[in-house]
Amino acid sequence: MTTDPDEAADRRRPRFRAAAAAAALMLVAPLAACGSGGAGGTPTINLYYPPEQNLQKVVDDCNAQAQGRYEIVYRVLPREADEQRVQMVRRLAAQDSGMDVLGLDVTWTQEFASAHWIREWTGQDKAEAEQGTLTGPLDTARYEGKLYAAPKNTNVQLLWYRTDLVQQPPKTWDEMISAAQQLKQQGKPYQVLTMGAQYEGLVVLYNTLAESAGGKILSDDGKQAVMDAGTVKALDQLKKFATSGVTSPSFTNAKEDPVRLEFQSGTGAFQVNWPFVYPAMQEANPDLAKKVKWARVPGIDANTPSKVTIGGVNMAVSTYSKHPTESFEAARCIRNAKNQKFSAVNDGVPPTIEQVYDDPEMEKAYPMKETILEELKEPAVRPLTPAYQSISTVMSAILSPPSGIRPQQTANELRDAIADALESKGVLP
Amino acid sequence: MSSNATPAGAEVTTEAERSTGRHSAVPAQRANRRAKAPLSENKRAERRLGWVLCAPAALVMVLVTAYPILYSVWLSLQRFDLRFPDQREFIGLENYATVLTNQFWWTAFGITALITVVTVAVELVLGMGLALIMHRTLVGRGIVRTAALIPYGIVTVVAAFSWRYAWTPGTGYLANVFDGSAPLTERASSLAIIMLAEIWKTTPFMALLLMAGLALVPEDLLKAASTDGATSWQRFTKVMLPVMKPAILVALLFRTLDAFRVFDNIFVLTAGGNETSSVSMLAYNNLIRGLNLGIGSTMSVLIFITVAIIAFVFVKLFGTAAPGSDDGERR
Repeated sequence: MTTDPDEAADRRRPRFRAAAAAAALMLVAPLAACGSGGAGGTPTINLYYPPEQNLQKVVDDCNAQAQGRYEIVYRVLPREADEQRVQMVRRLAAQDSGMDVLGLDVTWTQEFASAHWIREWTGQDKAEAEQGTLTGPLDTARYEGKLYAAPKNTNVQLLWYRTDLVQQPPKTWDEMISAAQQLKQQGKPYQVLTMGAQYEGLVVLYNTLAESAGGKILSDDGKQAVMDAGTVKALDQLKKFATSGVTSPSFTNAKEDPVRLEFQSGTGAFQVNWPFVYPAMQEANPDLAKKVKWARVPGIDANTPSKVTIGGVNMAVSTYSKHPTESFEAARCIRNAKNQKFSAVNDGVPPTIEQVYDDPEMEKAYPMKETILEELKEPAVRPLTPAYQSISTVMSAILSPPSGIRPQQTANELRDAIADALESKGVLP
Repeated sequence: MSSNATPAGAEVTTEAERSTGRHSAVPAQRANRRAKAPLSENKRAERRLGWVLCAPAALVMVLVTAYPILYSVWLSLQRFDLRFPDQREFIGLENYATVLTNQFWWTAFGITALITVVTVAVELVLGMGLALIMHRTLVGRGIVRTAALIPYGIVTVVAAFSWRYAWTPGTGYLANVFDGSAPLTERASSLAIIMLAEIWKTTPFMALLLMAGLALVPEDLLKAASTDGATSWQRFTKVMLPVMKPAILVALLFRTLDAFRVFDNIFVLTAGGNETSSVSMLAYNNLIRGLNLGIGSTMSVLIFITVAIIAFVFVKLFGTAAPGSDDGERR
């Protein structure tokens, strides 16, 4: 009787082994696929980039051009900016060599550079990245006077308004608010839709207002918190907007896409949002799209044009990449003028190379290109510092909900919190 | 269910102790110790073998749990921000001063405590009701129990997403009930929704633990009580609750520790917006998103200390027995 269990175990063993082997294979297989494309062969350049529908075509084009010197593989990052950053940061902190070219949000370049995670652009690479590139986007790619990334695309919000409700686009926020209030009294769609949730979108809105009011959040060298009179004025404006009764009930929880959907559903008269809303609207609600026009985002003062916060993506090369030369080349190819135009036309992301805007093809895909270019030429750049992420987080917490702002007091609170964040002393909410 | 026999037996002895009076407990213990003294050679060898056999597992446990804890204590004593690697330095307890004087931390702490107290209290009441129902179910017992467990089986993050969409105007059925307002944009209503989601998810777990406790109540005791003329409420409070006490305390301990670490629901529902961050959420924000290893680790250590205090209070003051440990040896 005592041998029975042993026999049973013996009979079971081969199956166990097979199962274990299968499990091991399943674990290893995806890792093997991530490897650098076989020793001695063409080096694989892993491009970690946010989702962009037609970027694969750009990658294919660059691979064809490389003629076997390298092969770019497009690895899609998560859709949410925070998750993109967390993934890259986590792997870079662990010195992961599986990432070569990184698509960084414009606000991350200083942070990654300060942490020594990305390589400086020098020589020919640098010259090509700077050639004809708009100065605003280029500023976001610099840290301590050195270039750490090449701007691939930029982005800037526009004011979208309904021509059937509003004849002239408002020049200032106050004008926009009173126009919306009038529409409300007439029982027409009146809402001013924009992003007010406690996240980066709220900071972008505030940064636009602050820069338009001539305010400074940080000193020029990025080392000190300023928060001057202009920024107080912007706080006042933001509060006025939030309490004027013209926002959507979802304002304090609204992010980009829900804002677009709300406007598409027809409840809004104005929308301050990125250009991606335009092609989406034409597809989803072509009748409404015909009635919608765009203008420069309103300013604070009627005689001073607004300065609008720029977004976009910079391309950087990881410090831990095993193929830096090829990586720089691949990054340059993906952001060259031809591919920028392709991405602009097919994915709606505004180019960073100025001459691309003159291309006749841009006319059809980008009817709003004049306004975009106008805003891009005197843009508002978000505070340039490695601590930006912390600053943004405390700012969005202090600014939220905007209806609770008490201008001077909130400005002091912001100044203290930003100063702490710069010293890595601050606690993020 | 056989494992329940041990605590049940243990409880019977305590009942016996109680009936014989407090003073008898001391001599009983002494007798116990005297009984232990003459240990046979065989027994001692068996004990040694027991230690040898579990030593590797104990060692691995110490390595796996002690290292991260000590490392985070070490990190919490430094200015260590991944973004400023060149400015890393030892700063003693400065991080603790920063965190403990910060209003965000205390707000989060208050929120966490509130969520813990409210959800655990509600879960205890609901879970007890559910347990009583499941215990007495005659038809389709298995199905009833399985059905009750479904919320606990769903991945928290997935459930949290469905709650979020349900409360989002336009897409959600629940938001539309309340004339299309956006409850997740305001503090009080978001907190209520977070607590609701927590309660919905973990009441079945509470019910399950309590049901195990209900199984400990001897039918005879209940019958005897009802023969003596006890009403059903009296039977519940005078017979069932005392017998179930160990099970209730274990359930409370588990849930309190669990609730204190609340993260997933907040992460998905509000992401900490409108001052709804819990302490775990705050530690995540500082550690993972803020890349500030010093401050983040300080928070983790503080959370660890709080959890240890909660466990201490339960075990030492309320006399909660850890599952598997002998009731008699604890005192």
